[in-house]
Amino acid sequence: MADSTEAALPLPLDALHRRLGARMVPFAGYAMPIQYEGIIAEHLWTRAHAGLFDVSHMGQLLVPPAEDVALETLLPGDITGLGSGVLRYSLLLDPHGGILDDLMVTRRERDLYLVVNGAVKAADIAHLRAGGISVDYRDDWALLALQGPQAVTVLERLVPGVADLRFMRAGAFAWAGHDLWVSRSGYTGEDGFEISIVADGVEAFAEALLAEPEVKPIGLGARDSLRLEAGLPLYGHDLDPGTNPIEAGLAFAISKRRKLEGGFPGAAIVLGQLLHGAPRKRIGLAIEGKLPAREGAPVFAGDTPVGTVTSGGFAPSVGAPIAMAYVAAAHAADGTPLEIEVRGRRLAATVVPMPFKPKNYVRAEGKQP
Amino acid sequence: MTLYFTREHEWLDVAGDTATVGITDYAQGQLGDVVFVEVPEAGRVVAKGKEAAVVESVKAASDVYSPVSGTVTEANAALTEDPALVNTAPEGDGWFFKLTLSDPAELDGLMDAAAYKAWVATL
Repeated sequence: MADSTEAALPLPLDALHRRLGARMVPFAGYAMPIQYEGIIAEHLWTRAHAGLFDVSHMGQLLVPPAEDVALETLLPGDITGLGSGVLRYSLLLDPHGGILDDLMVTRRERDLYLVVNGAVKAADIAHLRAGGISVDYRDDWALLALQGPQAVTVLERLVPGVADLRFMRAGAFAWAGHDLWVSRSGYTGEDGFEISIVADGVEAFAEALLAEPEVKPIGLGARDSLRLEAGLPLYGHDLDPGTNPIEAGLAFAISKRRKLEGGFPGAAIVLGQLLHGAPRKRIGLAIEGKLPAREGAPVFAGDTPVGTVTSGGFAPSVGAPIAMAYVAAAHAADGTPLEIEVRGRRLAATVVPMPFKPKNYVRAEGKQP
Repeated sequence: MTLYFTREHEWLDVAGDTATVGITDYAQGQLGDVVFVEVPEAGRVVAKGKEAAVVESVKAASDVYSPVSGTVTEANAALTEDPALVNTAPEGDGWFFKLTLSDPAELDGLMDAAAYKAWVATL
């Protein structure tokens, strides 16, 4: 059961995590904190107060703004029409519409700012460059997430002005002489921020945040349980090249203009499924009893296998096990009774809408990004 | 009553030919919050080093191996209602099952408390 961190590289906050008593595990090639005081306590703290996450393993990439046209050949988002300081969730797709990664793209004054998943960032960079994109990989920057209903109170205290940002909006700020790029976004279903800061300044900034009474450090374990409750897919588990945006329930990531014009990888397949329906769908499952179903568990309708769990675990805010699964479209409607097989036993489960826990975003009036 | 420990982080409290089995404080700390425990039912025959129970934490499922061979006489029913007992009292109320030893000689290879503590300190 002992975790090895030998092959894992340290991130800028490595020493701070260890001082805080984190249990470090290898993740995406780095030594990262899986938990501090415990996943359930950290999860519930984030839902009630503010949790600080180190997500410096994620790739922060800069692309020249004029390459927005080229970028649109690799993903289905409207990037040329993206306003300054606006985030767009998008997907790098392969020629079959398979998902190579999910990412955030923000237009800034002098560049397009991309945040990609840590585990696949090297492949993403190679893919972007092969597509003719000039990528400036900023591994000299750290990335923090401050999430929870009190995140805005805390961050506004340290960085005045951030409270004016709305969900999926971002801007340039400063703290103690360091430039910050602050986005009102996250991966917990809560209000909150993601903050990019030069690696040399991140430890002092993290300590300043942790000195606020509303803030505790939160590990990867709670990050996973929070995003699962929020119904947010995790790349490498719920999304991979074998899944496409329609079956993944991510049609919203295909911008309106791109639905009409196409011109992204796999557009014929993806837009065909958008019109006629996907043969399978990513769904949420509420599970009876207390036994969690994990990734890989088969899903049945009676004796017929109809799908597979892609993420599953105990949901601290729900107080019960929940799961995400891909199931055949005929069994994907909300309320459909299904069964999940775990160690030879069948667990009763019901298809439920996601998120499992309502989101608490602070949206711009009339905007649903 | 004699306490024994394994390198798989189980403890075994032996009185005569019966024993109580659980996981150590170190093990529960490594697992994190326990949300479900599957314990063997009375009458089941378990073998030394083979899977006897499963602990589900928030993040993963882990097998628990029987430190000795024998026949289960009782499972800890309290874990059904309150699996977190494994976290709060791993070497007390959070015990997993009791069994009758089929080969007491198997105890010879296990560690005592001092040896286990010294070994954990090296991890």
